Amino acid sequence: MIAIQNYLVISALLFSIGLAVTVTKRNAIMILMGIELMLNAVNLNMVAFSQYDPNRLHGQMFALFIMVIAAAEVTVALAIILKIYDYFKNLDLDEINSLKK
Amino acid sequence: MMQFAFFVFAAITVAGAFYLLFTKNVLYAAFSLLLTLLGISGLFVFAGADFLAVSQIMIYVGGILILLIFGIMLTNNKNFQRTNLQPNKIEVEHHNLFWAVLVAVIVFLVFLKIIFNANFHIIGKKIHNGSSIQQIGINLMTDYIFAFEVIGIFLLAALIGAVYIAKKEKV
Repeated sequence: MIAIQNYLVISALLFSIGLAVTVTKRNAIMILMGIELMLNAVNLNMVAFSQYDPNRLHGQMFALFIMVIAAAEVTVALAIILKIYDYFKNLDLDEINSLKK
Repeated sequence: MMQFAFFVFAAITVAGAFYLLFTKNVLYAAFSLLLTLLGISGLFVFAGADFLAVSQIMIYVGGILILLIFGIMLTNNKNFQRTNLQPNKIEVEHHNLFWAVLVAVIVFLVFLKIIFNANFHIIGKKIHNGSSIQQIGINLMTDYIFAFEVIGIFLLAALIGAVYIAKKEKV
């Protein structure tokens, strides 16, 4: 049996790294990856607490719904990113700073 | 033995995440994200969430990551590639790396302080080991039936919206 603090520390580490990736990278797709990392950290917390609740499994249900939301988010975000690339021919977020040329 | 396997999966997860943070190559970052997601699905198994581990592999690795790699390849600007000898060298610069890492470390230390100061009264409880699939199925059809239907419609709307946004406009 694994103590719950292990899960929580790994999850905190993943969340911090995801935050750093989201702030640091200049490519829009890399920022999406950072957001995925943060969502996964939250999922890990939910599942870790859910093992103490085997008859209800609220944590696992939440984690399942978070996964579906993440899938929907990433499809819409990638559609928007492809449009941005069509228009600016570039995905560097420091360059994309005008609504209309 | 179980502890050892757990820490192997934890090391895979954290190593993938660190590589994702410090690499400049976008394609390698996507593959390190693959490593992280697989490690997390392993950790799910240790937490008794077998169904979620399989859905993690199917949704994240089979869906989201493939979509991200498609995005990387479709938005590959030839001017940023160095030579044709390294066709997968798609680099992206960092900015504010020092400050971002500093803030992340501070956030992590705050989390650590909270985790080790918190007094979870569940810690001593015994953990039920067994398949959770039946309980998830029952939950989805009883308590969570409304959320289940809403998320189905939401997913449909998101997919239609994505197709509509991404289509070529007639000029």
